[in-house]
Amino acid sequence: MNGDLNQLFGLFLLFLSLLLIAGVYLITATRNLIRILIGMEIMTKAVTLLIIAAGYVTANIALAQSIVITLIIVEVVVLLVGAGIVVGVFMLTGDISVKALKNMRG
Amino acid sequence: MTFFVLILSALLLVALATALVADLLVAAIWLALLSVLTTIAMFYLNSPLAAVFELSICAGLITVIFISTISLTRLTSNQEKKTAARTRLKKYIWLPMVMLVIGIALYLTLDINLTLPLLTPETDVRKVIWNLRQFDLLGMLIILLVGVFGVVVLFKEKFNNER
Repeated sequence: MNGDLNQLFGLFLLFLSLLLIAGVYLITATRNLIRILIGMEIMTKAVTLLIIAAGYVTANIALAQSIVITLIIVEVVVLLVGAGIVVGVFMLTGDISVKALKNMRG
Repeated sequence: MTFFVLILSALLLVALATALVADLLVAAIWLALLSVLTTIAMFYLNSPLAAVFELSICAGLITVIFISTISLTRLTSNQEKKTAARTRLKKYIWLPMVMLVIGIALYLTLDINLTLPLLTPETDVRKVIWNLRQFDLLGMLIILLVGVFGVVVLFKEKFNNER
């Protein structure tokens, strides 16, 4: 790997670490379940782009793309089930706060 | 390089806007814009197939899921919204500062000198998916079925409650 590619990967690593931190902050600071899902999405975006950047600098872009496709599908399924849980919690408790989950049995 | 700096800075700004905006619906739309910027970056990193997936699924389908969830669970009055916005601002005012401090620390300490092992480069994505990663495809199918099953179970319970 030559210096230019190293520099490019360093740039992506720096910015995407900050994007990941924004997602973590969003998840930890909020009590709204939908906002937690949004934070999770931001974190996934950072990871997706970092995988592609890693594939680019190591000349394995096809492998990186196939991994990203898998990741996107898993992301959608997780989000769909999460959204279903949010709607279910809202139907049961009339609230979409994390506090509403504390009163549940089990 | 300058192009990537611009795109990545825009990504960070849009992520901040997604976190800081008070209305959830607007936050979902900012998230779609984040996906579009990710798509542009992917396209310029020579990965058009992943970019198309990102654009159609993350910017399209996920935004639709978010908007339907938000419209199904909208509950606050205008007064409640105003008080919530005020308390939110106190919480999230630290986010840009935390990002700035960690960003400067990373910039000063980060010294990338990776010597990653070069695998046998396969340039065709289709060959990688269908030949090299057959077992992963099985896992992906199972995850999709689990998702469908989960949604069916969740909504079945909801309909039973309504009866």
